[in-house]
Amino acid sequence: MMSPLDIRVGWYLAQRQIRRSSIWTTGLIVFVMLLTFLNLVVVTGMLVGIVDGISKLYREQQTGDVIVSTPKTQNYIENSQNIIAFIRGLPQVDRISARYASGATIEANYKTRTDQNEKANSTGANVFGVDPVAENEFSNLASFVGEGQYLEPSDYDEILIGSQLIDRYSFGGDVPGLTPLRDVYPGSKVRITIGGVTREVTIKGIIVTTANSPLATGVYMPEKEVRELMGRNDYNVNQIAIRLKEGYDPIAFRDLLTNSGVGRVATVQTFSEAIPNGVEEVRSTFAQIGNAISSVGLVVASITIFIVIFINAVTRRKFIGILKGIGISGEAIEISYMFQSLFYAMIGVTVGLLVLYGFLVPYVSAHPIVLPISNAIIVAPLPGTMLRVALLALATVIAGYIPARMIVRKNTLDSILGRN
Amino acid sequence: MSETNYMLETRDLEKTFKTGTVVTPVLKGIDFHVANGEWVSIMGRSGAGKSTLLYQMSLLDEPTSGEIYIDGREAHTLTEREKMRMRLYEFGFVFQEYALMPELTALENVVLPLLMKRFSYDAARERAKSALGRVGLSARLGNLPSALSGGEQQRVSIARAIAERPEILFADEPTANLDHESSDVIMGIFRELHSDGQTIVMVTHEEEYGAMTERIVRIDDGRVLSGEPASDKRP
Repeated sequence: MMSPLDIRVGWYLAQRQIRRSSIWTTGLIVFVMLLTFLNLVVVTGMLVGIVDGISKLYREQQTGDVIVSTPKTQNYIENSQNIIAFIRGLPQVDRISARYASGATIEANYKTRTDQNEKANSTGANVFGVDPVAENEFSNLASFVGEGQYLEPSDYDEILIGSQLIDRYSFGGDVPGLTPLRDVYPGSKVRITIGGVTREVTIKGIIVTTANSPLATGVYMPEKEVRELMGRNDYNVNQIAIRLKEGYDPIAFRDLLTNSGVGRVATVQTFSEAIPNGVEEVRSTFAQIGNAISSVGLVVASITIFIVIFINAVTRRKFIGILKGIGISGEAIEISYMFQSLFYAMIGVTVGLLVLYGFLVPYVSAHPIVLPISNAIIVAPLPGTMLRVALLALATVIAGYIPARMIVRKNTLDSILGRN
Repeated sequence: MSETNYMLETRDLEKTFKTGTVVTPVLKGIDFHVANGEWVSIMGRSGAGKSTLLYQMSLLDEPTSGEIYIDGREAHTLTEREKMRMRLYEFGFVFQEYALMPELTALENVVLPLLMKRFSYDAARERAKSALGRVGLSARLGNLPSALSGGEQQRVSIARAIAERPEILFADEPTANLDHESSDVIMGIFRELHSDGQTIVMVTHEEEYGAMTERIVRIDDGRVLSGEPASDKRP
């Protein structure tokens, strides 16, 4: 049993062994612990961050903080204009974008197709009728126009098209009957069909963004023209995306709208509730994969500490024997090694926390890592990080204890005399 | 409790080493005793078993058979933890190679066992300073062993052993690694300790230093040859 006396003597020994150990050795061990800690936190954080990056894209580019959308039983939000006016008047609201939305089919090769049996080069898309100015203020849509130009409110028969709908950008592969459009550039004519109404339009610009961006599979047109295509003369929209002013809680605002009566005619959701089905499952899957990878990192860290302490204890076996010989308890010696392991781990963790929260998280948040499927950030909530810190501390203490125990248990005189 | 009146006594002590099928008896029935306050040297040729005897008596090793009594108490039946406590509280050790912790200063080397004896840190420091002063190292308290000469390291080792006066001071060839001048200093300290009533059991192969003790016990081939009074007793 370890007594307070053992802890006191162990602490005394550990302090001095650490203080007078080689700074290079200590630095190397601390560096390994730092990398291990970052591996534990950042790998999972980045994997989750990939999915959170998708969520962030939806929040920034489509849903805003809260979105009011068409209920499943309706084709539009009834009394939309009054609701928009009501929402605009609320002090929490920073800006909104009201959209007409519909599924559509877009066909590219209808002009060059001479054989009736030739397959149509068509694809499905979500068409949004927007106020180009309001939409740009809301989602910064113009900044994603990689080819061509952004829409003007006065444009007619002109569209913006998402890059995933175009063959040379898409990596989705062919889906029978719905193939990304080939040979489509700004200025190309395409045919768009909404609810049986077909119109020929010109591609004004191509929205170039990551594959999982909601913009990547969207088609944007000025709202007036979409209203005509949809036959929507009552100005009832399908989506009202709301961006709140800094500091307001989306959940509280959702509840406010729901209780104010908007919830009776529309679906009111926060951005996290409006994320497409499956994203949360992907997030959970990535988190589990991250945890599995982190577990390997934890084992590697434990083995590293084990080896360091084992070598330290083996080379100091004679001194351990002498300590036992003059009456220092084995437990106190073991505790001194546990303290040393803990010291290495905690210094590594402290530096790791500074690197993580002082640099990596804010930097990657400001400059997301651009990946084909999303702009990844690092998700590292403090409670989860602290849990990993505790796991690392526990693993290193055990990894420090076992080799120390192995050496301390050896015969005292054999240790002093260096006999096997 | 035994009826023995000695500070240390062994009866029919045997120690045999086994390596595979090879059996090597090193101690072959040693009867040995040291009175309270006595300074005894154990001498003999190399391989005679003198250090092995010291290790058994000081409870650093487990005898194959026989009995050991410390101040009348059976020591050969103690558990490892009890032996550790006896080594801590009742014995002092001076090893041939000083046996100091390299990362502890002279003062810290002496403080460490005192902390294990539940001294407060301040009290331990004071006592350690006093012990180091007694061996003439008051000016070297903050030095690491690597910054001390062999003789100085051995004096730190003695200070550690006597910081809280032990019942028995065991010394295993304390001058073997020292030059003549340093050896004389060490032996001078032992003589002083003995004059204060300290019981000392010392292994040495140097006749000159053996002669400084009260009694020389000569062993050879694992047996006690003689236990004659030392011829050259220098006060």
